[in-house]
Amino acid sequence: MSQTAIAQADWGGGASPFGVTWQKMMMWFFIVTDALLFAGLLVSYGVVRIATGDWPTQSEVFSLTYIATMTFVLITSSATMACGVKAAELGRPKTAAKFVWLTILGGFIFLGMQAYEWSIFIGDGGGITSNPWGSPTFSQFFFIITGFHGFHVLTGVIVLLVVAIRAAMGRYSPAGVENAGLYWHFVDLVWVFVFALFYLV
Amino acid sequence: MEHEKQGFVSRYIFSFDHKMIGKQYFTLAMSMGFIGGILAVLIRLQLGFPSQPWPFLENLFPVGMASGIMTPEFYVSLFTMHGTIMVFFLLSLLPVSGFGNFLIPLQIGARDMAFPFLNMLSFWTVVPGAIIIIISFFVEGGAAASGWTAYPPLSGIRSAIPGSGLGQTLWLVGMIFFVASFTMGGLNFVVTILNLRTKGLRMMRMPLTTWAQFVVGILGLLSFPALAAGALLLTFDRSLGTSFFLPAGIFIGDTLMPHEGGTPLLWQHLFWFLGHPEVYIIMLPAMGFTSDILATFCRRPIFGYRSMVYAIMAIGTLSFLVWGHHMFVSGMSPFLGSLFVVTTLAIAIPSAVKAFNWLFTIARARIQFTSASLFGLGVVSLFVTGGLTGIFLGTNAVDIQLHDTYFVVGHFHFIMAGAGLFGAFGAVYYWYPKMFGRMLSERLGKIHFWITFVAYYAVFFPMHYLGVSGMMRRIYDPNVYEFLQPLQPVNLFITISAFVLFAGQLVFIYNYFVSMRRGAPATANPWNAAGLEWSAPAHPGHGNWEGEIPPAHRWPYDYSEPGKKRDFTPQWEA
Repeated sequence: MSQTAIAQADWGGGASPFGVTWQKMMMWFFIVTDALLFAGLLVSYGVVRIATGDWPTQSEVFSLTYIATMTFVLITSSATMACGVKAAELGRPKTAAKFVWLTILGGFIFLGMQAYEWSIFIGDGGGITSNPWGSPTFSQFFFIITGFHGFHVLTGVIVLLVVAIRAAMGRYSPAGVENAGLYWHFVDLVWVFVFALFYLV
Repeated sequence: MEHEKQGFVSRYIFSFDHKMIGKQYFTLAMSMGFIGGILAVLIRLQLGFPSQPWPFLENLFPVGMASGIMTPEFYVSLFTMHGTIMVFFLLSLLPVSGFGNFLIPLQIGARDMAFPFLNMLSFWTVVPGAIIIIISFFVEGGAAASGWTAYPPLSGIRSAIPGSGLGQTLWLVGMIFFVASFTMGGLNFVVTILNLRTKGLRMMRMPLTTWAQFVVGILGLLSFPALAAGALLLTFDRSLGTSFFLPAGIFIGDTLMPHEGGTPLLWQHLFWFLGHPEVYIIMLPAMGFTSDILATFCRRPIFGYRSMVYAIMAIGTLSFLVWGHHMFVSGMSPFLGSLFVVTTLAIAIPSAVKAFNWLFTIARARIQFTSASLFGLGVVSLFVTGGLTGIFLGTNAVDIQLHDTYFVVGHFHFIMAGAGLFGAFGAVYYWYPKMFGRMLSERLGKIHFWITFVAYYAVFFPMHYLGVSGMMRRIYDPNVYEFLQPLQPVNLFITISAFVLFAGQLVFIYNYFVSMRRGAPATANPWNAAGLEWSAPAHPGHGNWEGEIPPAHRWPYDYSEPGKKRDFTPQWEA
């Protein structure tokens, strides 16, 4: 038996405890880990912000309408993703692929808007160690939190591209779409926290 | 199960087989441990013979030991890297990644881990991390020198001390590789144990080793992100000039640093939120090994199996609520400190449950004194000794006096390092037949045990006296203080004992490698043990069992049942 055959062999194991495959469970555990990474960053932000005096008023630095639009785009992409997962589950690969492509589009629009937001911020004199509106700590956390989240969105887009391309090649599995979807929803949910805690509070 | 012919590369290097990956981790961890041991010997050399020239060492370390005398900068790098290598690359890699990979599928009746490719990837992610950590000794300024805890500002400002430069950067890069690898491993552990158990193996029938690895996997997944977040921020502080951990007003020499607004305490919180669960990541597998080994060699069911499982869970949960006890003197609110005292002392309860259960397992049993059971008993001894000093340090009023003294060094070398290491040694002696199909030499094993056990106490027990007498941890030359000069004979005694301890490990290394080829061939179940892993052939191939996977009809501790002919009933027999 080849190595991969052993790897994929029937385990003959007992009942799976939550009625899910190990792939899906692994994705859930990964999401927990990754969520705690964001929690570490957001808690650090909270601690330092409380200790910092001249924290800028966010609405003076950013256009909150613009950020809200970004949020809307990302949440909409979550909706299209959910449709894609459902279509894959119902055995309609073409519809599923269509929705995945829509999700990818949403991801790219979000990333583009974020890049534009960064360029405006930098154009107004903001830098990783400089902040014309108040404490430089503000811009440090702005870059690291939104940057780290943007990196996750980019990763998600790449994962979805792989799913879409594999679907186009006919190598497609509903479980794969679902796992990619789980990750995508997670990335969107994190953004809701970033939006609430960094831009609104 | 028939095996395809595998090339050298797919069999020994990029193997998917969990047993080979486990052995790869063994090789890596033992090599790193050997290096970490040499660093310890060098540290003791300086403390036993302060500033005495050793001309032959100049050839090895031309900068750090110029004209044979150790520089303070080199000494600081030594204990930093000793801690880092031992905690992460020996005591985490050997019991968790090594034995976890090797044992979990065998003990739960699976052909392999859930995701063998990820498993291979996790090993080949930690290898570059280990290499980077070693390379950092040879860069300009030497290896990282801010302690294994990497507290800013020493670790945050590149010009702070020589080791704060490239050495510290490489330390961070190496740690990021380690965290990535450990996360992949943890995912595999947890998912494999939850989903791939054989028929009949309910969670409450799992061996305590597997239980420990399960909780360790969860601890890793929940705690390492905090270090990852901290490492990310620290990297920014170092390379982009941000001030997450750096307050205003830091002078390096006469230069005022431009940082402002950060707080070094934040790093301490993030680090210890990982750091304390990490202690149990090291400790829990050793507890699991000890339970399995003691049950087998006492020919007794483990006493209080259920309470053992709940104790593991309780320790795992509490380990997330106690990180502040590392920071009693950091200036945090005394009220918060008292809360951490309560949670810390609460850990004594599940720990005592485990210790008493072992004692009841041993009590009035006819113990078979093999190398494995000796090391198992060693764990119980070290665990109790270290646990008692833990109560001293967990109480903030006492800790404020003892903090950063050799009392702390003695304490954690007993409980975390010592018990963890003894557990790993016991496990090697116990499962070696399954790993290589041969037996280790029992005679050499017992010599190894007695040297290690006696020398271990000789090295670390006197450190408590040094600490109470006021000798600081991490001090380069205690003799600069008059009140520490009378302690020099104690330091000399510790140093000589440390040399003996190191020499004792050479016996083990010899035994390990020579027995691989020349050891007596092992049978499938040489100890008459009841666990499922002993149903596999003496030297199992990839896939572990030929034919069907045996089901689990019972728990793995059915020893000496009254009215039965044999003194054990294997888990796989109805």
